[in-house]
Amino acid sequence: MQGLSVTGLSAAYRKSKVLDEVNFKLPKGSLTGIVGPNGAGKSTLLKVMLELHPKLGGTVHFAGKPLKTMRKKIGYVPQRGSVDWDFPTDALDVVMMGLYGNVGWMKSPKARHREQAMAALEQMGMADYARRQISQLSGGQQQRVFLARALVQDAELYFMDEPLAGVDAATEQAIMTTLRELKGRSKTVMVVHHDLQTVEDYFDHVLLLNRTVMNYGETADVFTKDNVYRTYGAGLRWRQEVPS
Amino acid sequence: MTLLLSPNAWWVLLSMLVLGVASGMIGCLAYWKRQSLMSDALSHAALPGVVIAFAITGVKILPVLILGAAISALIGAFLVQWVVSSSRIKEDTAMGIVLSVFFGLGIMLLTIVNRTGGGNVSGLDGFIFGQAASMVRTDVYTMSALGLVVISIVWLGFKEWKLFLFDPAFAKGLGLSVRLMNSLYSGVLVLVIVIGIQAVGVILMSALLIIPAVSARYWTHSFKWMLIGAAVIGGGSGVIGTVISTMGKGWPTGPFIVVSSAAFFVVSLLFGAQKGLVIVRLQQRSRIKSEVSVPAEREKMVVKEGGY
Ligand SMILES: Nc1ncnc2c1ncn2[C@@H]1O[C@H](COP(=O)(O)OP(=O)(O)O)[C@@H](O)[C@H]1O
Ligand SMILES: [Mg+2]
Repeated sequence: MQGLSVTGLSAAYRKSKVLDEVNFKLPKGSLTGIVGPNGAGKSTLLKVMLELHPKLGGTVHFAGKPLKTMRKKIGYVPQRGSVDWDFPTDALDVVMMGLYGNVGWMKSPKARHREQAMAALEQMGMADYARRQISQLSGGQQQRVFLARALVQDAELYFMDEPLAGVDAATEQAIMTTLRELKGRSKTVMVVHHDLQTVEDYFDHVLLLNRTVMNYGETADVFTKDNVYRTYGAGLRWRQEVPS
Repeated sequence: MTLLLSPNAWWVLLSMLVLGVASGMIGCLAYWKRQSLMSDALSHAALPGVVIAFAITGVKILPVLILGAAISALIGAFLVQWVVSSSRIKEDTAMGIVLSVFFGLGIMLLTIVNRTGGGNVSGLDGFIFGQAASMVRTDVYTMSALGLVVISIVWLGFKEWKLFLFDPAFAKGLGLSVRLMNSLYSGVLVLVIVIGIQAVGVILMSALLIIPAVSARYWTHSFKWMLIGAAVIGGGSGVIGTVISTMGKGWPTGPFIVVSSAAFFVVSLLFGAQKGLVIVRLQQRSRIKSEVSVPAEREKMVVKEGGY
């Protein structure tokens, strides 16, 4: 079954190209780690696939269909640092944002939306913090709120940008449990990941990225010392240096 | 106080209330778009348009002047974007340039029109510091109607504005047109500025946008209540400033509105229920006494020490 297929995808900021001819295919139900050095274009890849940033060319198919018809089936977790956590709102309210598409534009959320959001918070172990102002949550708790917001979308495909960066160990476990559970329900999940040491544990597929796809496929085949060196270039001490 | 007794004055006050409420709400949007300076640039940029509209038509009718102001402000906004995208100049510098050049141009044109034009022109000077007392009944209607349009756009799209301001990338992912929201935002911002400049003046108009929003921030942790708080403070400042300015003949309105909103700000800064200095001090004291820290706070420290 086709989960995700990307062909000839390129993108630039202003005039400098940051993604060049990206090609890959991932099966439905795969849990993929996107790995590559800082500035490799990992975040950009997610944004371009979801048309949050314009592409220069290429096509993307989600479960065989273009984005337009799949928008409601796609969950996105942006990098935690991409929003201002001082914004005056609470955890439950942020999770509810994941339901705005279902609620309908210019309509108010109903009690059942609130219940759905509460259930997602509960799943992330955040039920006690539902009414907590978001600036008063720890980094790990903020990340869980973001995960919960994606969960309520009840999507078929999930794209997450560094959900494990800067979180505590308990949150890391909670998030990984959720990701495995999504995989168990045949969701296709792509996760930008920065910690080379946990790649083999966490992901069944890997996409090595540096401006273009260096390698992709099943972790056991692709995540080799040579390939990782090639992706990161010189200066990487295998299994010692953890690029952030 | 005689002015207050006239029915016209009551209408003026009512329209200033609507204007203040609209400004306070739009100010909240500008605050979270981190574009407080932009509102200042736009209101200054409106002046040449007012003068040119008058020079061309020869009449001092508010809708005509508003249209001129809006065109001129939008040209200013466009120039800011153009300077930023076609040079290495940063946005705040670009806004500073546009603000001063347009204002200078406006004053220059005003001087010329005042020299050459007929006797009806003196009212235009009111656009610099604001002259609420000079508003006639139709001005009041125009201002209130457009102000209510602005208020309803913010209120009806409340949840969309919140999403758009907090996380535009996620909003786009949900299929909300961020381009539409940006245009709508620029539209309501320019609208509230151009309907306000006759009464408040181009120099101080941005204060009525910025100060209520910043003050409301000290009272609440909810976006809805921040909007409501800014609306109340903006409306209050508009009305109080206008009442004071009508006490003396020829007193400008803008400065009094700014001073009254500044009073609201000082009270908020000191006594605001969420971040006010007094509350923060009291909380610090009780925390030291009880020695019980919130779990989230503790975890925050652990994660911080773990390092990013
Ligand atoms: N908004 C932007 N404007 C200009 N350049 C950008 C922007 N965002 C990212 N870049 C550049 O694009 C490249 C890829 O960035 P990014 O996708 O964030 O990399 P990664 O997520 O792999 O660290 C980097 O060189 C970065 O400097
Ligand atoms: Mg990134």
